[in-house]
This record gives sequence, structure tokens and C-alpha cells, in this order.
Amino acid sequence: MNFKKQFREGLLTKNPVLVQLLGMCSVLAITTSLFNGLGMGLSVTLILICSNVLISALRKVIPSEIRIAAYIVIIAGFVTIVDLMLQAFLPALSENLGVFIPLIVVNCIILGRAEAFASKNGVLASAVDGLCQGIGYTVALCIMCIIRELLGSGTFGGGILNGGEGIRIIPEGIPAMQLVMPVGGFLTLGCVIAGSQWLMKRMERKRKEKEAAEV
Amino acid sequence: MSAYVQSLLGILLSAILTENFILVKFYGICPFMGVSKKTDTAIGMGMAVTFVMAIASAATWAVNHYILIPLDLQYMQTVAFILVIASIVQVVEMFLKKAIPSLYQALGIYLPLITTNCAVLGAALVNVQKGYDFLQSVVFGTCGGLGFTLSIVLFASVRERADKSSCPESFKGFPIALISAGLLALSFMGFSGLKIF
Repeated sequence: MNFKKQFREGLLTKNPVLVQLLGMCSVLAITTSLFNGLGMGLSVTLILICSNVLISALRKVIPSEIRIAAYIVIIAGFVTIVDLMLQAFLPALSENLGVFIPLIVVNCIILGRAEAFASKNGVLASAVDGLCQGIGYTVALCIMCIIRELLGSGTFGGGILNGGEGIRIIPEGIPAMQLVMPVGGFLTLGCVIAGSQWLMKRMERKRKEKEAAEV
Repeated sequence: MSAYVQSLLGILLSAILTENFILVKFYGICPFMGVSKKTDTAIGMGMAVTFVMAIASAATWAVNHYILIPLDLQYMQTVAFILVIASIVQVVEMFLKKAIPSLYQALGIYLPLITTNCAVLGAALVNVQKGYDFLQSVVFGTCGGLGFTLSIVLFASVRERADKSSCPESFKGFPIALISAGLLALSFMGFSGLKIF
């Protein structure tokens, strides 16, 4: 088991959102304030770790013909637990995210990790994989949130800092409202993915140059 | 009675245009991005989704009203709905294979993908949230599917051209597709003031 490699994969080279392009619905829909992004990211991370652990523990018991149905039931169970907990302890977050909390069931990241990783690896490795992929997802969500919130409403940390108002960085009237609307979701995600592709190509080139210089 | 018909028309209009499932509500982005490279496949996917959403809305309404509410099990909604949807997709696939082979061949490969389409589960959950009755639920599901078809077909025809045009290296492929989807969403914002009743 290689924790460092898994972490690097989850955060960068196999980031579920920016590279594997999974779970787009929630990334586009709820990234309007940092509070929503963090809440959604942490909920998905928690569900991902739990479902990965349980599926990995049961991987020799579940017959392979009905494995997808079994995975969905396990995931739906954890989603329901998180949904009820958010309703009880964080009603504001639950209201903001609305139907997208139960929709975590059909988030391709969780089913994808269950099929690609947890069904083939041990319990501990699967838990680490869930954690790393979850962190990658959360980071991508937070990047989207920070950009959209700053340019769309002119604040930072809405819902958490400064009594829920967020810290105002750009004065009122200047920010483009469109960025917190559906349009902004598509545009921001397009630019963020393009940026990450550019960054990764650059890193790759630098590495090759370094290797060439050493030879 | 006329107020009821008006409410149905209102649902129809909002599900297709003002609250379009993809471009405004973001349900079902994965198939929207995945199956929109060609107009033909986009039409096939749209039809399959509409078909399943209409049946799933009816079935989840019945499950909610005749099983979950009498037994006081509403907290099991998510689990029950996803199971109902998965089995409907399975049954529809087998039924079409036997009964209407030509339709099955057109829709076949898209059907299994629909289980994990947010739009189907999303429609079922919104129906419960808004307290729609049976007919309203079915209208909402069907029209949500039609709205999905409309936007995926429009997007596919834009994308066929966008793929051939030149753009900065890092934007090639997925990012430029997202930006064209953003422009499509911008044009759908124009419908947001639309109210007939």
C-alpha cells in the first residue's frame, strides 16, 4: 500500500472531478458559496469512506451478478444516514443543498470507486482510497466555490465567516451576478478544467526537461 | 377544474423551459456530457430518458403513497426510490427486447446508463417535495424528460461544430464543451421571465 501515491492520484493525476470528470451535477449546482462546497465535499468524503470500507469487507460475500444493485443499496443506506444527520444538526446546509444530498446516491464517483477499487482491494487500502478521492473532490468543489463566490457575489467564505455574510472583497454592484447562476457553473468549470490541464502538461514537460538535463 | 388544468400546463412549461432539467437545475449532467458527441445518439438517449422518467415518476408516486406513507417509512425514500428505478430500468429493457425489438435496438445501449442518471431520481424526489398528485407527477416526469431531450439535442448539434473549430490547446475537448453548454444555459435564462398564468 502506498499512501503517498494514492493521495497524489486523488488530488491531482486522477482527481475525480478535474480529470475523471465524474459527479458533475453537484459540482455545477451547489458551488455558489464556500459553506455549500465544504459541506457537500465532506459529506461525500464521509459516504465514500464508509461505502468503500463496507463494500471492501463484503467483497467476497456479494455475488458478482448482482454486485451493482448491492453497491447501490449500501451507498443509499449511508446517504440516508448523512441526509438525516444534516437535517438534524446542520439544517441551513441541508436546506441549501436540497435534493442534491439524496442525489449523492447516483453520484458516479462513489459507485465508480466501489467498482474500480473497493471490490478488488483490502479494507484499509479502500478506506485510504475513499479519503484521498474525497479530498480531491472537496478541493475541486472549493476551488469552484471560491472563484464563483468572489466573482459572482464579491465575497469570500459566505455562510461561515463574518456571521454568515462572508468577507466582502469586491464592492457591491461590480460582481457579475451571472457567475452564481447556472451559466457561471458551466463557464467556471470549463476554465478550471482547462487550467488544470495546462498545469499538468507544464509539470509533465518540466519533469521531462529535468530528466533530459540529468542524462 | 380549470385551475387544475392550469397547474398542469404550468408544470409542463416550467419543466421544459424555465426550469430545464439540465441547463437550469443541473440534473443529469453526466449523460449530457457523455452522450452528446453526435445528434443521433443524443436523440436516442433523450427518448430513453423520457420514457423511463415517465414510468418512474408514476411508480415512485405509487410506492410513496401506498407503501412508504401508510407504514410511516418516509425516511427510507432514497433507498426505496433508487431500487424502484433500477428495477424499472431492468424491466423496461427486458420488455422492449421481447415486445418492440426495433425500439430496443435504438435505445438498447442507453438503458443501463439511466439507473445512475440524476434526472430520474431527481424527478422522483422533487415530486415528493412539491407534493404533486399522480397526474402532476407523471406530467412533471415526462416533461422533465422532454426538456432533457431538447437540451441534449441542441447541445449535440452545437458540439459537433465546436469540436471542429480551433481553440487554445488546454481548452480542447471537455472544457470547450462546458463553455458552449454555458452559452446554451445563458440563452435558456431568457425563458426565466416566462409566465403564462
